[in-house]
Amino acid sequence: MVRPDTFTEVRAHLAGLTDQQLEARFWELSHACVEPLVELARTHTSPSIERSVLMRMGVDSRTCMAVVSECEKRGLLGHGAGHVVWICMREWDCTAPAAAARLAADEGWDLAVAKFGGAK
Amino acid sequence: MSDKPLQPNEKLNVQALLDGLEDYRPRRHGWHWREQVPDQHLYEFDYRETSKGLANCVPLPAAHYFDNIDPQPDCVITTEIASGRPEDDIRRMRMAAWHGADHMMVIRTAGQSHMDGLLEGTPEGVGGIAVTRKQCRLTRRALDLIEDEVGRPINFHSYVSGVAGPEIAVMFAEEGVNGAHQDPQYNVLYRNINMYRSFVDAAVAKRVMASAGIVQIDGAHNANATAVKAWKVMPELLVQHAINCAFSVAAGMPREQIALSTVPPDASPAPCMRMDLPYAVALRDLFGEYKMRAQQNTRYMESDSRDATVSHVMNLLISRLTSADVQSTITPDEGRNVPWHYNNVAAVDTAKQSLVGMDGLRDMVKLDREQPAFKARVREIKERAVLFLEAMQRDGGYFAGVEQAYFVDSGEYPETHDDGIARDSQGGVAEGTIVERADDYMAPVCHHFGVNHLPEGYRGADFGEAAPCDLIGGCTLCDDSKVPFIDELDPEDNVNVRLAATAEMRARGLIKPEVEWAGDGYVAVTMFLPAAERVAEAAALELGRAMNLIDVEVINRQVMHPAEGTLVEIKGRLEVAVDPANLVIPDKPEQLSDEEIREFVAGHEVRCVAATVGEDEHSVGMREIIDIKHGGLEKWGFHCTHLGTSVPVEKLLDAAIEHAAQVVLISTIITHGDMHRENMQKLADLAIEKGVRDKVLLIAGGTQVTDKQACSWGMDAGFGRKTHGFEVASFIVRTMRERGM
Repeated sequence: MVRPDTFTEVRAHLAGLTDQQLEARFWELSHACVEPLVELARTHTSPSIERSVLMRMGVDSRTCMAVVSECEKRGLLGHGAGHVVWICMREWDCTAPAAAARLAADEGWDLAVAKFGGAK
Repeated sequence: MSDKPLQPNEKLNVQALLDGLEDYRPRRHGWHWREQVPDQHLYEFDYRETSKGLANCVPLPAAHYFDNIDPQPDCVITTEIASGRPEDDIRRMRMAAWHGADHMMVIRTAGQSHMDGLLEGTPEGVGGIAVTRKQCRLTRRALDLIEDEVGRPINFHSYVSGVAGPEIAVMFAEEGVNGAHQDPQYNVLYRNINMYRSFVDAAVAKRVMASAGIVQIDGAHNANATAVKAWKVMPELLVQHAINCAFSVAAGMPREQIALSTVPPDASPAPCMRMDLPYAVALRDLFGEYKMRAQQNTRYMESDSRDATVSHVMNLLISRLTSADVQSTITPDEGRNVPWHYNNVAAVDTAKQSLVGMDGLRDMVKLDREQPAFKARVREIKERAVLFLEAMQRDGGYFAGVEQAYFVDSGEYPETHDDGIARDSQGGVAEGTIVERADDYMAPVCHHFGVNHLPEGYRGADFGEAAPCDLIGGCTLCDDSKVPFIDELDPEDNVNVRLAATAEMRARGLIKPEVEWAGDGYVAVTMFLPAAERVAEAAALELGRAMNLIDVEVINRQVMHPAEGTLVEIKGRLEVAVDPANLVIPDKPEQLSDEEIREFVAGHEVRCVAATVGEDEHSVGMREIIDIKHGGLEKWGFHCTHLGTSVPVEKLLDAAIEHAAQVVLISTIITHGDMHRENMQKLADLAIEKGVRDKVLLIAGGTQVTDKQACSWGMDAGFGRKTHGFEVASFIVRTMRERGM
């Protein structure tokens, strides 16, 4: 939409605000603007987020990639790739990197399916 | 592991830094702000806005007049390095650190922001570096040594943007990276990464960055660099800053870790200071709790480095009149090529010189906030930003706003030109890749943002319970020993192969010019050609080839006059290496001690007669050499008679004979008419004619005088620019002794 500069007309409701009130209004609107964005982030995950979880569990980047790709394929991402690795490491009594390596070698996915089922 | 400290006279040993890299761990995490020294006294001066000095440094060119002081401004100074090769970047970082940079910002290679995952090893980048764990670790290891050498902690910085943001953030936290760009709006607007994915990833990345004390810089400056009319985007810039700030705080980042990337939007010939100052003030009014990273203008940068430097100095004036916590620098050659080594140093020096030169300026010069036009404009920019936010909220919020091209429009809101950047929420890179977290979503690690159904007992300190990572025996953010390392994945494209290609050069110490990479051979040549622009350009290329340059390109041209001529700068590669073993370098003459000189001068009653010869009114240089207050000859007891300027050679020699002087000093500028040569020869001939040549030392000085030339024209010595009194004094005493005078 092309619109000429209507500043002087549309600012009327701001004219009466003190500088302080104007600044408060700016921040009130900014926080309102990001609220749904934060909520989206709070309730969702992504392949990169899940790989970052595995990295924090000590897993190297190539193994992270393999395990998270498989989680995506199997619809397990929403439960957490770290969750899948955690279940396996407890079952196998090994470290997280060792469990991730076995998952990357296509072992243990039955454990995840047993826990989460196949669905997303 | 601790590395051997650097020696100022030894080069960085890149190979040693690569050895054992798999075990190297950063020794600290988090950002370092300079240690302020509010009232610092250095040499004869008082400073108001400086910080702790450096142990090793290269001061500004004029510092030798001021006891070689190198005052360090109060704010962190950034240099952006982008050679594409980590092994060359670290050498440049060392040079920049000596000049006063303590924030090394590494630009990423083109395209990395679209890679869904991490790169490993050290592949070569284009227009930036492939950011990898190995590259980060090598750089941090080098910076650990460099910061010890200069005596000030150095911040290492790169980018947590793109599709792999959360992973890069974790890797940076693990490898001791101290600062990073993170702004999901950058992904959306400039990288066309899906908007949902960008914000979902960003929250996790920001929480991880917060945990490691990494200072965040936002991406708002890109609107300046992209906008058709950069001065029209001011209201939107405030909105972009606010969205990233509010989102970051909600993700758990402390405000003092959040820096706004702000650029004075305009450049001369616009009346840029008057246009940019109200914006700078409005920004700082609204974002007082946040840090300011003052960037320099790139939007209106051309290939003329003088023009760029003037713009940047005006940007620095705005920093000094308002505030800057981090002062970024743009190299003056960014308008022509990927920055060269010495232009990083030039940019850092420009910042240091300007900030120190304007030290305490606000004590005397203040912005007049009550000046009606200024006050009104500050208010107007804020109101326009509020109107932008109100309208975007009415139209459905941020995502809807981006779909409707609210951002980077060339109209100043509420004016719109319908030329903003529009992105589809159902499109872009990595569209459709976010997944809702299930009721049993769980991530057994620390510093994770968002819904996380951890088992009771492991919900962390907020619940008075064990850390989440206790579930797995510790995460890498809590236990450094768990951080893995992957070496090279590509057998061809890696640092070892590149180093092997220049190994002989290093082993034999061969010297070849370089601007970016060891042995790249590039040189720049500046020439004035008496020809019109297009002809001059073609001629310059031909002349470059005649100089044996390869791949000659014009990097800058400036019309002096449409017919009279053009200034042309070219670059080209010179495939020549010099072996220093074959160079003949004259020994530096030994300087005598003060006592030795004083004793000799007293014993021999050494008398000097001095003058500036020819038609020349310069006397500053001569005064520096003889005046006691400049540490000149008088300091050691020489009797000096200064005859003044424009003195004929005959008169000078007569005076020398009359005073029975043993030393005649002449100062001369170099003239087109060869007057300097004629004067020296005439003086020597006259001394022979009058039979006094063996009784006097004839010494010539001047900015362009060389010893070799002066001696060839009959003088006993010649001294050029930057000569000090003690050098001349030493020469006189040594020579008089040798000749038994």
